[in-house]
Amino acid sequence: MVNPEIQGKRYPRTPGYLVGREKVREFAKAVMAGPESLDLDYAKAHGYQDLVVPPTFPVVIQEQSLQVVLADPEARIDFSRVVHGDQRFVYERPIVAGDELTSELEVASVKSLGGNHMVTFETKIFDATNQLICTAISTLVVRGD
Amino acid sequence: MPKFEELSVGQQVAQADYKFTRDSLVRYAGASGDFNTIHYRDDIAQAVGLPGVLAHGMLTMGVSVQPVVTWLGDAGKVLDYQVRFTKPVVVPPKGSAKVSVTATIAALDQESRRARVDLTTSFEENNVLGKAQVWVQL
Repeated sequence: MVNPEIQGKRYPRTPGYLVGREKVREFAKAVMAGPESLDLDYAKAHGYQDLVVPPTFPVVIQEQSLQVVLADPEARIDFSRVVHGDQRFVYERPIVAGDELTSELEVASVKSLGGNHMVTFETKIFDATNQLICTAISTLVVRGD
Repeated sequence: MPKFEELSVGQQVAQADYKFTRDSLVRYAGASGDFNTIHYRDDIAQAVGLPGVLAHGMLTMGVSVQPVVTWLGDAGKVLDYQVRFTKPVVVPPKGSAKVSVTATIAALDQESRRARVDLTTSFEENNVLGKAQVWVQL
């Protein structure tokens, strides 16, 4: 059972993640993206310094933060019972290759619903100058016994 | 770039079909770092009571927004994107699962020149995403 007392808990800032151009291409191909995230000339013609990531790319950063929570014995989240409920990305500015990102995760809420737990995580993603550039919000449904 | 003034609520702005194969799932696992075995192992998917190997929800989310990005011609114009995962996409060992996406203008904000585009993503006649909304800057 998920520990309801983790509501409001903040986890330490993750180490820097450098967004690599080839990683952007690899992710873009995996989500069947077009030249917007694959072609450097195209990106530059649209005023960007480098490739712009596909909209769901910050999941890679969120995944790192979530691993910390799942490994936290206080949280008591059994990963084998977890289903992804919903997901949202709110951008302050586009993420481009070359950005060095860090993130901070907070457990926004823990709710019980019909024997299941719904845990909502908010991961704030910052650039190298410590400006917030994206917030990733994810709800996991943890099935009860 | 589409012109804000030429858009109207209810207008369909994009439609595309995608084929998910097991290769797609392996590729997404590698790119995203999500190596949950239910996305490539039939025996494990069966053992935990699933109808088969499932596509990553985040693959479906990632692909579903692409028709909107193509329409915009710029991935950086997506300001806010959310979905709810309502039904799984089952991907067979041979052949593929066809996923169809339709994007429709749901709201227009004159002041900020932003539009909310709602997505319908279907697999075998069922909607697999709920509340799939994209706010874009025009």
